[in-house]
Amino acid sequence: MKVLQWTSLLLVMAAAPGVVLSREPKSQVVALSFYGLLCGLMFFVFQAPDVALSQITIGAVMLPLLILLALTRMRRHNLLRQRKEGK
Amino acid sequence: MSSRARLIVFLVGALGLATVFALGFCDLPPMGDYRGPYGYVVTQVAVFERHATDVVNAINYDYRAFDTLGEEFILFASILGVLLIFRPSQNSEKKESYDPGQEDLPASDALHVTTQGIMGIMIVFGVYLTTHGQLTPGGGFQGGVVLASTPILVYLAGDIEAFQGITSSALVKFSECGGAAGYAILGLAATVFGAHFLTNVVPLGTTGDLFSSGTIAIISVCVGIEVAGGFVQLIRVYLREIVGAQLKEQE
Repeated sequence: MKVLQWTSLLLVMAAAPGVVLSREPKSQVVALSFYGLLCGLMFFVFQAPDVALSQITIGAVMLPLLILLALTRMRRHNLLRQRKEGK
Repeated sequence: MSSRARLIVFLVGALGLATVFALGFCDLPPMGDYRGPYGYVVTQVAVFERHATDVVNAINYDYRAFDTLGEEFILFASILGVLLIFRPSQNSEKKESYDPGQEDLPASDALHVTTQGIMGIMIVFGVYLTTHGQLTPGGGFQGGVVLASTPILVYLAGDIEAFQGITSSALVKFSECGGAAGYAILGLAATVFGAHFLTNVVPLGTTGDLFSSGTIAIISVCVGIEVAGGFVQLIRVYLREIVGAQLKEQE
């Protein structure tokens, strides 16, 4: 149990800089999703399955999804504006 | 501010943070240490008092149900805010056709097949999480989110018409409002029986049964319905214009 807990803590520690250091928004979202998954794993190993489920559904699925959707909207908005200026 | 001054401000701040952090670490209790009787008491009595085997949800939806009600309405209000910001604009801008610009990558066959295969499993899992909140880890919130992410799979599977049909149905709007209202009404119903707001007045049933633990199970389902409806609404408003344009293209 101790080994698992330490491993999960180290994994979270290793993944966190990955989120901060990836500068491109799209790859950052993927890194964030992976980090959320690792956090969920950590909560599970520390015997908090309820929190782990919340973390996986929100941190690893919904939050990255909403960021991706927002990026899609922004891209479309920028394209429309560029076209307007081009005309 | 020059970069030199910025660096000085940062170093002072970082030094202060490091000091406080180190001091905090020195007095940290050992791992797993818990001070305070509340947690021990509630894990001892919850199963007998409320017939719910998942003590976390017994706390969320019963002992601290009022706090969870507040959280539900935080979610409700924030989704309302997003809907308000993304309401369809009145001016002509929305009539412009969708131009993907750089070509979108076509969705692969593997994506179509996988999403269609997973969809059923996810719906069953979402319903299971929502309805078994009082028995096993999970509950309305997690189950609702799992259910809400299935329309995205429909979209990824390439059935845009079905996605439009699912997300714009009146049922989605109703489930968000109805779920939130159901929670509050359930709380008020307790006062009719002369008990305090959100008291567990429904018969508790047998521990371990699906229909047990009284209001805990009902609130869990209410929360699940509200969260599922709310998140589907969120996904819909983000994708509304893009999906509309894609549907026009197909015609």
